[in-house]
Amino acid sequence: MLRDPQLNANGELQHLLSIEGLPREVLVQILDTAESFAGVTEREVKKVPLLRGKSVFNLFFEPSTRTRTTFEIAAKRLSADVINLNIAVSSQSKGESLLDTVANLSAMQADIFVVRHASSGAPFLIARHVKPHEHVINAGDGRHAHPTQGLLDLFTIRHYKKDFTRLTVAVIGDVLHSRVARSLIHGLTTLGAPEVRVIAPQTLLPSGVEALGVRVFHDMRMGLKDCDVVVMLRLQNERMGGALLPSAQEYFKSYGLTADKLHLARPDAIVMHPGPMNRGVEIDSTVADGPHSVILPQVTFGIAVRMAVMSIVAGN
Amino acid sequence: MSLHIKNGRLVDPASGKDGPGDLYIADGKIVERLKSPQRTIDAKGLVVSPGFIDLSARLREPGYEYKATLESEMDAAVAGGVTSLACPPDTDPPLDEPGLVDMLRRRALSLERARVYPIGALTMKLQGKALTEMAELAEAGCVAFSQANVPLADTQVLWRALQYAATFGFPVWLRAEDAWLAQGGVAHDGEVATRLGLPGIPGFAETVALSTLLELVRATGARVHVCRLSTAGAVELMRRAKAERLPVSCDVGIHHVHLCDRDLGYFDANCRLEPPLRSQRDRDALSRALAEGTIDCLCSDHTPVDEDGKHVPFAEAEPGATGLELLLPLALKWGQARELPLAATLARITSEPARILGVAAARLAPGAPADLALFDPAAPLRVTPEALKSQGKNTPFAGYELAGRVRATIVGGAVVYEA
Repeated sequence: MLRDPQLNANGELQHLLSIEGLPREVLVQILDTAESFAGVTEREVKKVPLLRGKSVFNLFFEPSTRTRTTFEIAAKRLSADVINLNIAVSSQSKGESLLDTVANLSAMQADIFVVRHASSGAPFLIARHVKPHEHVINAGDGRHAHPTQGLLDLFTIRHYKKDFTRLTVAVIGDVLHSRVARSLIHGLTTLGAPEVRVIAPQTLLPSGVEALGVRVFHDMRMGLKDCDVVVMLRLQNERMGGALLPSAQEYFKSYGLTADKLHLARPDAIVMHPGPMNRGVEIDSTVADGPHSVILPQVTFGIAVRMAVMSIVAGN
Repeated sequence: MSLHIKNGRLVDPASGKDGPGDLYIADGKIVERLKSPQRTIDAKGLVVSPGFIDLSARLREPGYEYKATLESEMDAAVAGGVTSLACPPDTDPPLDEPGLVDMLRRRALSLERARVYPIGALTMKLQGKALTEMAELAEAGCVAFSQANVPLADTQVLWRALQYAATFGFPVWLRAEDAWLAQGGVAHDGEVATRLGLPGIPGFAETVALSTLLELVRATGARVHVCRLSTAGAVELMRRAKAERLPVSCDVGIHHVHLCDRDLGYFDANCRLEPPLRSQRDRDALSRALAEGTIDCLCSDHTPVDEDGKHVPFAEAEPGATGLELLLPLALKWGQARELPLAATLARITSEPARILGVAAARLAPGAPADLALFDPAAPLRVTPEALKSQGKNTPFAGYELAGRVRATIVGGAVVYEA
C-alpha cells in the first residue's frame, strides 16, 4: 500500500491534502491547537510570531473570496509574509502548466502553498513535486476535498456539542459536487460520530456514497428526525434547470431548510452552512439568522483552524 | 536468409502443441527441413512461439510525432515480440483517406520491423456523420473500420455504417460506450470515484451501448469486433451474443485484466485510461472470460502519451498507457493466475487475434509465415519506464516485478530484434 502522501516518515502532517486517511490523533491535535489560537483572535494584538520569516503563497486557480481571505488573515496572525496569486487570470491563461507555476514560486522561496484548484487531486500532484521543506495545504480541489473547511466544521461541532460519539449529523443537499461534504464525512466517521446522514435527491448523490459510512435519506423530514447537527450544502445555480434538478423552487420545497422542518431535529440542534448561502434555495432566512444557526461563528473559527494547520505543518 | 532454430521449446497455440524441437526457415516461411542453414540460433531454455499479434497499438503517426514516432514504436513492438499489429485510426488527420493509409503502410514497410495493419476510420474525421470510402480504404490496406475511442452517438449513422460495411464484408471494430452516459466522466462510477471526487462513467454506459450494437448486428449481419471490454455486464452480453451465433468477437486490454479502480491510489494519472479501470468484480469477470473464451483475445492497447500529458491533475490527464513491451509478461502473469497451460495463454496473443485479423501467421507449421518470438518465460523483468524502447513511458505497472523476456523476434524470416 502506498504511504499517505500527506504524512512524513514519522507519521506527522507534512501537507494537508485530505481529511481521509488522517489518524484520529492528528485531527484532535489540529482541533486542540485551533482551540489555543481561538484566544489569540480575541486579543487586542492578534499576532503570534510562529511563522515569522516564512512565506505563504495563496495559489488560487479557482476564484474564492472567503477561503482565501481567511487563509490570509490566519497567515498574517502567525506573522508570515502572505502572497496572494489569482492564477485563474494570470499564468494559466498564458498556457503555463500547473507544475511550472509551482516551480517558479518555489524558486521565490516559498514555505507553504495554499492551493485551490478546480481539478480533484491537483494538490496531490503539487505535493509530489515540491521540495522537502515546502508544505501544501489543500484549500479545495474539485469535488474531492476541502480539509480546512471540514476541520472548521468539526471544530464548530466540538465547540457546541463537545462529544462526537453520541451525535447524529445530517448533511443536506448537493453531496455529488461537494468537497465540503466529503471532508466533513471523513472527519466525523474518524472522530466516532455514530450516525452521519446524507439527505438529497438521487441526482445529487454520488454512486456508492454509503461506502463513506453514511445513511442515505431522500425524505428530508425523515432524515432530520432527532439530528443534533444539521449541515446545509450550497447549491450552485448552474445545477438548476438541467438534468439534475428542475427548479430552485421545487428544490426548496423538498430540500430547503425551514423553521418548520428544523422542528424535527433535536431542540438544541445547531445549523451549519459552509457559505456562501443561497437564501431561499437551500435555506430559509429565518433559519439562517435564527437561534440555531452557528454559520457566522463557523467563519470565525475558520481562522483559528487555518492558523493551527499552518503552524503544525510548518513545525513538522 | 535461411535459419535453423535448435534446442527450443516449440509452443504452437493453434494446435496446442508444446515440446522440444527444431524449426527451419527459408524464404520467409517455416519449412519442413533445411540442408544447410545460413544461420543457426541456439534457443536452449527459450520458448519458440509464433510472434505476438496486437489488435491495438497506437503508433502516433501521422500527427502526434511529439508523443511517439513510427521508428520508436516499431522498435518497441519487436522488442516486445510483437510481429503484427493493428493501429487504430485516431491519428491527426485520422486514417480516413486512402493516401494516408498508403503512406503509413509504406513507412512501416520501409522500417522492416513488425507488420502493420491499419484500421480505417469508419466515419470521416471520426466525426460520426459521414461514411468514409471504405472500399477505397480497404484497397489501400485497411483491414477493418473503427471509431477508435471517439464515440458514435448517432445511431442512425451507426446503423448505416454497419449496413454499408456488411455489404462488402468489411469487419467493424468498435468500443461500446454510450457517449451521453460517459460524457464528462474520467473514472469508473463507483466508490473510488466518489471518494476521490472524480466524475464517473457508469458501467452501464458500456452495456447500454453494447446492447444497441448487438441489436444492430442482428439487423445488419455486420461482422463486429468489440474492443476493450471493461465490465462484467458486457461479458455477459457477449456470452449470450456468441451463444446466439452472432458474428461478433471481442478483446480486452492488458490493464483491465490486472488492475481496477482501486489502483488509482492517490490520483495516479497513469491509471487514466479509456475505458476506465473498473471495479474488482469487473476485473475478475474479464480475466475469467478471457480464459473461458468469451473474450477472444488480449491486446496491449498501446497508447504512448508524452510527459506533459500526464503531469497534470488526473481528470485533465490524457488517457492511455504504453503497452507493447509489456504484452508478453502481462499475458504470462494472467495465464499463471488462471493456471493455464502456456499454449493456451499464448493463444490469446497469437492465434486468436490472428483469426480476428484474418491473417495466416501465428502457426508453427510448414508454409506459415516465419513470424516468431523467442523468449525466456522465467526471466525476471522489473518494469522500468526509462528502459522501454517506446517513447511512451507512462504505465501503471512501473516498478512491478514480472517475468518473461523476449530474446529474439523474427518477422518474415528476418531477425528484427535480438537481446
